[in-house]
Amino acid sequence: MSYIDDLEQRIAKIEEGGSEKYHQKNEAKGKLFVRKRLELMFDNGMDIEDAFFANCIDGSLPSDGVVTGIGKVNGQDVAVMANDSTVKAGSWGKRTVEKILRILETAEKLEIPMIYLVDSAGARITDQIEMFPGRRGAGRIFHNQIKLSGRVPQVCLLFGPSAAGGAYIPAFCDIVIMVEGNASMYLGSPRMAEKVIGEKVSLEEMGGAKMHASVSGVGDVLVKTEEAAIDYTRNYLNYFPASFREKPKTIQAKEAKSFEKSITDLIPENDNAPFNMHDLIQQIIDEDSFCEVKKKFAKELITGLARIDGRPVGIIANQPKMKGGVLFPDSADKAAKFIQLCDAFNIPLLFLADIPGFMIGTKVEQAGIIRHGAKMLAAMSEATVPKISVVVRKAYGAGLYAMAGPAFEPDCCIALPTAKIAVMGPEAAVNAVYANKIAELSEDERAAFIKEKQEEYKENIDIYRLASELVIDAVVNPDKLREELSRRFTIYEAKHVTFTERKHGVYPV
Amino acid sequence: MEEVKATMAGNVWKIVVKEGEQVEEDQDIVILESMKMEIPIAAEEDGTVKELKVTEGDFVNEGDVIAIIES
Repeated sequence: MSYIDDLEQRIAKIEEGGSEKYHQKNEAKGKLFVRKRLELMFDNGMDIEDAFFANCIDGSLPSDGVVTGIGKVNGQDVAVMANDSTVKAGSWGKRTVEKILRILETAEKLEIPMIYLVDSAGARITDQIEMFPGRRGAGRIFHNQIKLSGRVPQVCLLFGPSAAGGAYIPAFCDIVIMVEGNASMYLGSPRMAEKVIGEKVSLEEMGGAKMHASVSGVGDVLVKTEEAAIDYTRNYLNYFPASFREKPKTIQAKEAKSFEKSITDLIPENDNAPFNMHDLIQQIIDEDSFCEVKKKFAKELITGLARIDGRPVGIIANQPKMKGGVLFPDSADKAAKFIQLCDAFNIPLLFLADIPGFMIGTKVEQAGIIRHGAKMLAAMSEATVPKISVVVRKAYGAGLYAMAGPAFEPDCCIALPTAKIAVMGPEAAVNAVYANKIAELSEDERAAFIKEKQEEYKENIDIYRLASELVIDAVVNPDKLREELSRRFTIYEAKHVTFTERKHGVYPV
Repeated sequence: MEEVKATMAGNVWKIVVKEGEQVEEDQDIVILESMKMEIPIAAEEDGTVKELKVTEGDFVNEGDVIAIIES
């Protein structure tokens, strides 16, 4: 046999991955082979692969259970690490870890996005001395990830388990996409939970994709299939530059989707009635351009990437249809991360405020709503990308502040003619100010008195009064909002500011 | 069987279905009043309203069961 044949035979063998039995097992679960996943992810497959021969002397651990390399996504070079769950369940040995470290270091040097295709049982305990505690041990993966954060986009697609320490890979990514039924994240497995703390619980309940996407918020996007996860990723990366040094690309503009109801028709006259903020968003963005993040988590706040006249924007919008659009600890947390994500990669921010305020009551105080709210305010305040706030119907109390109110240096604060800005709404304010007086009045007098005082209050906080006092920068016809935003974002593109000089703030987390 | 739970603390302002009524996913079961806002609480699946656990004017905390829907 010539050495060429020998080389080709070795390559062919490694490319097959683990034994047939594990391929079949994966197929039964709707899981694709790692090389198939990569083929779907990249425009034309992987361009280069490193340490393909890792652990080849062993013979039973092709590529040591992880594929690393670089390929193109939407024409942009992107680095990847992808676990091969047909090789010892995708577990990590010494060379697996070293390969992951090296591709992370390559992404850092080249300043290109990093994608993680995770499907791994975790560390090989038999190899622990070589891969766990040392300088080039698994901990270094997270150290490198943390260093990469905000330099280049980091996306995690979770196709299988991400167990114990491995669960920190998704945690340090900008976004985690989970396949329902197969993806899971947990520090201790259900078996371990039963042994160590005596809890009996199913994997789905404790660490399943649906739970993480809707309850814990560790997952961001829930999809049904691996193909859908890959499609989401390819679309998502379109909104991002390769690194923090660049701006995201503007593409061909599209008209907004046309609707029977205009924005004016959408907004209910009754201040307290719910409406669907998604309907308003659709009217100001390019058709089919909304890429929602954390759709199933803390639904009272909508976060997503979109385009206005081809230009990427990050939208943070209160959703009056869910929990009245009130901010809760989870929604404040969701906003903080999304704002940081956009600011890191030069994506302008659009805040659509329709907010009665932050939630009050024992439950949320015990959950630390003050520090979670502070975290959102800090992230919003520090964001130096072009920042526009639009008060749709109301912005009461700290809700005005959290949604990039005038004090937080938005490039402009726009009000629709329906907007009200105040410490609190008319009902609450009249009750607070005239509580004693109202109690003294007879039943017949009471309603008339309250109504009169509420009218007075409404006049006092009239939006034109606030415009007259320069609190807001513009009052805009709702049906011309899209054009207004497009003009402003185009002009504000020239913005170049530094927030302040220091090592870093002490974050309220 | 689905337990329809309050998504946030508030008062039960209006009950918009009756026991025994057929409901669809996303159909409102009750409307709470909280933070001066109307907060609709909807069914998460199709079914029949087996039991209403609240009456108008009740205070409910986040997570309290409002109704039971049998699919």
